[in-house]
Amino acid sequence: MSPRLAWRKSLNFVMLSLTGLCALLTVSALFFILGYLAWNGGKDLSWSFFTHLPAPVGEQGGGMANAIVGSLKLLLLAALFGVPIGLLGGVYLAEFGGRTLPFLVRYTADLMNGVPSIVIGIFAYALVVMPMHHFSTLAGGIALGIMVIPTVLRNTESFLRDVPLALREGSFALGANKWRMIATVVLPAAARGILTGVLLALARVAGETAPLLFTAFGNRYWSPGWMQPTSSLPVVIYTYATGPYEDWHRQAWAAGLVLLGLVLVTNILVRAFLTRGTAYERT
Amino acid sequence: MATTPNAATPTDFTVSPRSWLRRWTGADEIAHFITLVAAAALLLIAVLLVYQLWTLSAEARAKFGWSFFITKTWDPVAGDFGALPFIYGTLVTSAVALFIAVPLGVGAAIFLAELAPPKLSSSLTFVSDLLAAVPSVIYGLLGVFLLVPVMRTTVQPALKKTLGFLPLFRGPSYGIGFLTAGIVLAIMIVPFVLSVSREVLLGVPRDQREAALALGATKWESTWKVVVPAARIGIFGSVFLALARALGETMAVTMVIGNNPKIAASLFSPGYSIASVLANEFSEATGNLYLSALIELGLVLFLLTFVLNGLARLLILVTTARGSGVLPT
Repeated sequence: MSPRLAWRKSLNFVMLSLTGLCALLTVSALFFILGYLAWNGGKDLSWSFFTHLPAPVGEQGGGMANAIVGSLKLLLLAALFGVPIGLLGGVYLAEFGGRTLPFLVRYTADLMNGVPSIVIGIFAYALVVMPMHHFSTLAGGIALGIMVIPTVLRNTESFLRDVPLALREGSFALGANKWRMIATVVLPAAARGILTGVLLALARVAGETAPLLFTAFGNRYWSPGWMQPTSSLPVVIYTYATGPYEDWHRQAWAAGLVLLGLVLVTNILVRAFLTRGTAYERT
Repeated sequence: MATTPNAATPTDFTVSPRSWLRRWTGADEIAHFITLVAAAALLLIAVLLVYQLWTLSAEARAKFGWSFFITKTWDPVAGDFGALPFIYGTLVTSAVALFIAVPLGVGAAIFLAELAPPKLSSSLTFVSDLLAAVPSVIYGLLGVFLLVPVMRTTVQPALKKTLGFLPLFRGPSYGIGFLTAGIVLAIMIVPFVLSVSREVLLGVPRDQREAALALGATKWESTWKVVVPAARIGIFGSVFLALARALGETMAVTMVIGNNPKIAASLFSPGYSIASVLANEFSEATGNLYLSALIELGLVLFLLTFVLNGLARLLILVTTARGSGVLPT
């Protein structure tokens, strides 16, 4: 082996190992984060964490029941507001659209997807909080809903487009209207993919803190109805982690573990079960 | 009435229970209209977003004009607002993040696209996607309690000892600051660099690799001199996409950057970013001028990410179209 070839071979080996190392580092970050959170948050996780209100400052114990319920309420609002618009918009792009409008909508959706969440927070503040003059669950839900729309819309469109033309033609041949074809043939065929998109979008906004800081704000007690400020898991983690009390820090770890667990479990379940195989052959 | 037997009007003798649905001839138009409204709603939201940011920042724009971007003071009490420290902090932390994340992400993408067997590649991509799904506040939590102490006691003193001749690595080690924020950001954006770069690399036609290997190139040479250059533009696209993420990232940065509006050459120094000042001061802003100055910062952030995202999508589109043979190379 000539020295030149030996050099090339060893360079090959070194560089390829380096890329492997990069991959290993990246992937191990997830396991590290998960492990560290489980180790730190696990010991403070108890039943009362899920069932009690936060204890007064300085007192030990207490839980985050209000934050958990608050997060669920926010997610419900986000789904009610964002999913119908995203879904129907996606149907429009895939089934009806003309030329210019779909292009515009698609482009806008991609750009809205990249808008920093804090800017969405400002928008919801201007849209809901300023006219109402106080923070509310509604404002937070709308902020999260706006973040859900572009993802659901693009995802719905792409899954609808994957439904084979033959299915549509078959349903037309049986005498169905276009909308019946969409509602009874195309949507069910793409349902799994669409559901995946919806759940992933919701899992993503479930962890969003920035848009809630000045819309849903925070609350140390239960938030009755939809017009009062509410606590939510991500915001509580932020306030507790940056707060001065040792007990708060411990609670922040526990809440972090719960939040991360929820987000990851949703992601894993959705990706593993819903995307495995489709109801039709992908073209 | 002259009727031919062939053109007889069809009559339904079997009226199924749901047949009224079929006879509702306007149904298609109604469905078209409803979905059109939904699609248009997204456009409306986007337009409204820009409009709100623009009008609500009017007071600050009228008062400070372009000098808003070159003023260093941020004094809510005196009503004197300048964006420079925040823009500086945002750019510096993002630059640090890219410096770390791009080699790491592209390296990992090369491994996943070129070397790893398909099964391993897809499961590692799965893990990387999960990493992208970890909420920002979780990174912040780990940043505050894990990374900051390590930076203060180990990393920063070590950097000072070895690279202290550079102005970047001088000054007291607080743990918090530009460098720490940049590292946290880097971990957050690696998955984005990785997944997009991997897609783009996989889009490079197989014959190009085989041709290089047939000429006697090693695996690394074919990757580095043939595949990566072919995917170059798309990789740039992934970098822009990641940069847009980094610029707008709020919580993790807010928790570790130190929240101090100052401009310092040292990466150890505490700073501030646009997103963090919004997170910290927006809900406490008193007075219209203060609020409108903050909203103008939001507008700046929006425009920055808007431009970067547009550019990134264009670049990725160009390479993936080329890779799949739609455009001539």
